[in-house]
Amino acid sequence: MAQEMRSPIESGCPDAFQYMHPVMRKNFGQWAYHEDPQPGVLLHVSNNGDKIWTVRAGTQRILDVFTLRKLCDIGDEHGEGYIHFTIRSNIEYQVADEAKVQPLIKALEDAGFVVGGTRNSVAMLSHTQGWLHCDIPGTDASGVVKSMMDELIGEFKEWNMPNRVHMTTSCCQINCGGQGDIAINVQHTKPPKINHDLVSNVCERPSVVARCPVAAIRPALVNGKPSLEVDEKKCICCGACFPPCPPMQINDAEHSKLAIWVGGNHSNARGKPTFQKLVASGIPNNPPRWPEATAVVKKILKAYKENAKDWERINDWIERIGWPRFFEVTGLPFTKYHIDNWRGARASLNASTHIRF
Amino acid sequence: MAKNTYPTPMLDNLETGPWPSFITGIKRLRDEHPDERINSVTNGLLGQLEHSYETRKGYWKGGTVSVYGYGGGIIPRFSEVGDAFPESKEFHTLRVQPPAGNFYTTDMLRQLGDSWEKHGSGLVTFHGQTGNIMFIGATTENTQHFFDEINEYGWDLGGAGPCVRTAMSCVGGARCEMSNCNEHAIHRWMVNNFTDDVHRPALPYKFKFKVSGCPNDCQNAIERSDFAIIGTWRDDMKVNQEEFKNYIEKKGRQYIIDNVITRCPTQALSLNDDDTISVDNHNCVRCMHCLNVMPKALHPGDDKGVTILIGGKRTLKIGDLMGTVVVPFKKLETEEDYESLQEMAEDIIDFWAENGLEHERCGEMIERIGLINFLEGIGIDVDPNMVSSPRQSSYVRMDGWDEEAEKWFERKREEKQAASA
Ligand code: HEM
Ligand code: SF4
Ligand code: SF4
Ligand code: SF4
Ligand code: SF4
Repeated sequence: MAQEMRSPIESGCPDAFQYMHPVMRKNFGQWAYHEDPQPGVLLHVSNNGDKIWTVRAGTQRILDVFTLRKLCDIGDEHGEGYIHFTIRSNIEYQVADEAKVQPLIKALEDAGFVVGGTRNSVAMLSHTQGWLHCDIPGTDASGVVKSMMDELIGEFKEWNMPNRVHMTTSCCQINCGGQGDIAINVQHTKPPKINHDLVSNVCERPSVVARCPVAAIRPALVNGKPSLEVDEKKCICCGACFPPCPPMQINDAEHSKLAIWVGGNHSNARGKPTFQKLVASGIPNNPPRWPEATAVVKKILKAYKENAKDWERINDWIERIGWPRFFEVTGLPFTKYHIDNWRGARASLNASTHIRF
Repeated sequence: MAKNTYPTPMLDNLETGPWPSFITGIKRLRDEHPDERINSVTNGLLGQLEHSYETRKGYWKGGTVSVYGYGGGIIPRFSEVGDAFPESKEFHTLRVQPPAGNFYTTDMLRQLGDSWEKHGSGLVTFHGQTGNIMFIGATTENTQHFFDEINEYGWDLGGAGPCVRTAMSCVGGARCEMSNCNEHAIHRWMVNNFTDDVHRPALPYKFKFKVSGCPNDCQNAIERSDFAIIGTWRDDMKVNQEEFKNYIEKKGRQYIIDNVITRCPTQALSLNDDDTISVDNHNCVRCMHCLNVMPKALHPGDDKGVTILIGGKRTLKIGDLMGTVVVPFKKLETEEDYESLQEMAEDIIDFWAENGLEHERCGEMIERIGLINFLEGIGIDVDPNMVSSPRQSSYVRMDGWDEEAEKWFERKREEKQAASA
């Protein structure tokens, strides 16, 4: 038992160059241009004429070691042993030999992986942890993504969209999933239910009070015990009190819903980066397939595909056609909840006569 | 093969359909893995997950687990329904820092897989939203064993809690013609200077570095990091008129007008009568659109550097914030350039550590105290590139005007001298 503990080596972030394909290492910072030979494949050409092909594939993201080894086997047999992961968790193989590209694609597809996700496709949904391994989720993440990708797989494999579509999911309102052209996020609709017996044992009350964005929490004595109470009129049901104080249960099988947001875009291309905007809510959190959420997403994608011009991301498209037309072409209802009342909200109101007829 | 497996009717549904199924993968561990420990833990996991699907609730709770010598890097997971599913009642996640830019060899992935199989559940994600490799599912004891093993061959934990977090960088110079900086060198230079702050959470809240090689910002740095480093250039973009003509030939003049010329946010492009393109480089805001459409014809210039934006974050607590320009342009070539960037990060983190409230992100602090107080705190001069427009409200005390104006003129004189020297 009295075993010597080993001190960590604080090596931090490892050097990537040791794991990089030699052609990429050699041409670092020297790339001249790229081409897109087919969906899921990129060709980069360097100033000195060196070429590297990339084959990109979608996976289940939660990888078991068997799948990980399968991906490595494919990389050894058909690739050149080098792998890169995109920030949306796609796997990429780099090869300097063009002849390897088609066999590599075939091997990936034969093993059930999905080649695509480049250029103007619907990219892999980026997802969070969900019920599988987070402590605060209102829904699952991997299951939502699996269900949606099953239906959007055709758009992942093709270039049918006006521009790329980045989708994200988040299973609580903290939204570690980030901004997306379309984001599917949990939206709670009822205040937390408090288990007063546990609060004083489990929660650091002042820091929970401080966590609430609208100061709706105050310390209180309940049944003679120190606890917390919530001003339910003020509460915006954000769930921020739940992580520091699990007895303030925000997740509810019926009242934790899904909301859909559109137009988040991290790129500076054309306009400045944008945050996503609410378009739909009240969508049931309906495992194992979440069909209602997928239906709304498909409606939005269809309208975007039919109406947007080349290179318009969803935010560019809506900026051109205006929000009234967006709600018209998608058939989604516009409600009082779409009008922002958070800080800075007046900047989102129309203070002009710019109205489309 | 686990003898008695929990029934998973709802999860089984996720084994149908064309997209690869994570459930099928977990079941393979449950049913086919030679190690009974893995059969058992994944069986428990599936049982609990099915229970979540049925009741629409999560059943993990946090706690305190760390490896010897560190305060963070493990996400503790204890089951609240451990009596029903005891096999996975401890199911912690280890956050491990990936190589900058997410590059691996198959050999290294196999080695990591082998170690993980020895100590953990056999489930792993490349990568979490903050950028870590997430090794999902280890007991408290095995967390230490796994870490000890992989730490010996070059892998270290990432951040969790109020600390400097794992950084991220785009694929960048390794394979992208838009790159304007050495993303991966910057990434490592910055985060590895703060390893102590990564491993021992003692800041007001989390602090993230993210690096994108150009304003396309594939890394989401502006929207999702406290310290965003974005590659850019300040001389003229490079134009290959021959290639431009090829685009016209291939796509047609109208397509180029509608999709390139008129889409420039600052009207910096014109299509000339002889089918060449002119760029008003002074008014180009480096948005990247025209380069994205015509990567063979247009290319970033040679005088490369970075723009730095501070204070991006997601919703909690005051709403989403984007980073604000604090350094419009900085060269990153020499060791001194890198050192001064690092010093700036130290100044910012020190100032925030001192002035930020508990659980207040750097951007929220800036919102509370104002950009000016922040800039004065870290010793950076104001610059019109920091704003979309000057102030609209007259409600401000301005009796320091003359001195402030003189500072501006003084700075301009110095810049001129430096330029002519
Ligand atoms: C108690 C609870 C929490 C848990 C267990 C948790 C867990 C996680 C995990 C595992 C990730 C991905 C990590 C990685 O890639 O290494 C993540 C990312 C993230 N979390 Fe949390 N989180 C918690 C609370 C929060 C809170 C309170 C916030 C908000 C302020 C937050 C905001 C985020 C964001 C914005 C990201 C990803 C952003 C990025 O870096 O791109 N999380 N979280
Ligand atoms: S979105 Fe929320 S619930 Fe989901 S993984 Fe992130 S922190 Fe956990
Ligand atoms: S749910 Fe949000 S608004 Fe409601 S009490 Fe908790 S922190 Fe406050
Ligand atoms: S941010 Fe720019 S340099 Fe980096 S990968 Fe994207 S386009 Fe390339
Ligand atoms: S990069 Fe953007 S701003 Fe600059 S010329 Fe091209 S389209 Fe215009």
